[in-house]
Amino acid sequence: MQLTVNGTTHSFEQDPSLSRLLEHLNLTGKRLAVERNGEIVPRSQFDATQLADGDKLEIVVAVGGG
Amino acid sequence: MDELIIAGKAYASRLLVGTGKYKDFDETRRAVEESGAQIVTVAIRRTNIGQNAGEPSLLDAVPPSQYTYLPNTAGCYSADDAIRTLRLARELLDGHDLVKLEVLGDPKTLYPNMVETLKAAEVLVKDGFKVMVYTSDDPIIAKQLEEIGCVAVMPLASLIGSGMGILNPWNLQIIIDNAKVPVIVDAGVGTASDAAIAMELGCDGVLMNTAIAGARNPVLMASAMKKAVQAGREAFLAGRMPKKLYSASPSSPTTGLIS
Repeated sequence: MQLTVNGTTHSFEQDPSLSRLLEHLNLTGKRLAVERNGEIVPRSQFDATQLADGDKLEIVVAVGGG
Repeated sequence: MDELIIAGKAYASRLLVGTGKYKDFDETRRAVEESGAQIVTVAIRRTNIGQNAGEPSLLDAVPPSQYTYLPNTAGCYSADDAIRTLRLARELLDGHDLVKLEVLGDPKTLYPNMVETLKAAEVLVKDGFKVMVYTSDDPIIAKQLEEIGCVAVMPLASLIGSGMGILNPWNLQIIIDNAKVPVIVDAGVGTASDAAIAMELGCDGVLMNTAIAGARNPVLMASAMKKAVQAGREAFLAGRMPKKLYSASPSSPTTGLIS
């Protein structure tokens, strides 16, 4: 399956959960927010959210800014 | 106690600072600390995929437990993008709803697009956000933003990052005179006297980033800005003497002079 994460395509053999994807991307435990196909996924739903082929994800963090 | 009240919450400091453009997180931390600011703006951006998990983050340098975060929509050029960004920010910050809305209209000047800003403000206020809004210094627009329900209006003094100071004090004065919510000058301050002038005009606060981060010694400038905002506020409260061009009035007694 293919996922677009922050504009870049990633391939996976199996359909991962969102938690599994974050673990794979080394992002577990980081303060972040996720949008899946334009909809925000609450943190409490990361485990239960099963990703599907073609999903578009935005994973954001807070950075320095004015 | 002379406090700045935004959306029902009191702040002792009237200086709000950005966290961008610093050399490193240590400099960010020292400058923010020195400024005495309690509200700090942050941007929301895509995380770097493949980043080392142990890499320092802004949250360590400027912990959200010690500062009120004000997530911004810098870089957004449409109401939709700004709304999306702030919904992500609210999720990121565990439901925190105090936000800075700015919708830009032009990459060269970073001048705000007020049509899109008004649209975004309507949606965000209805959605429960407490919106502090970056605006042009148009008194009518500023009033409309207040009527929509924004908790603070933040007119520019001059263009973002320009350091040109307060170009139209008269418009700011009109905005201040008409506003029932805090007016915070956001953008354009270049040095301490600019911040003092904004406060002397009667602004409730000043928000700046580049004036501190872009100084040769940002930590020292943060200290200067803190004092300038305090001095300007006190001068405003004290009420300045009238300006009198041809009415010399010596401060020392005019009698008892030796002859």
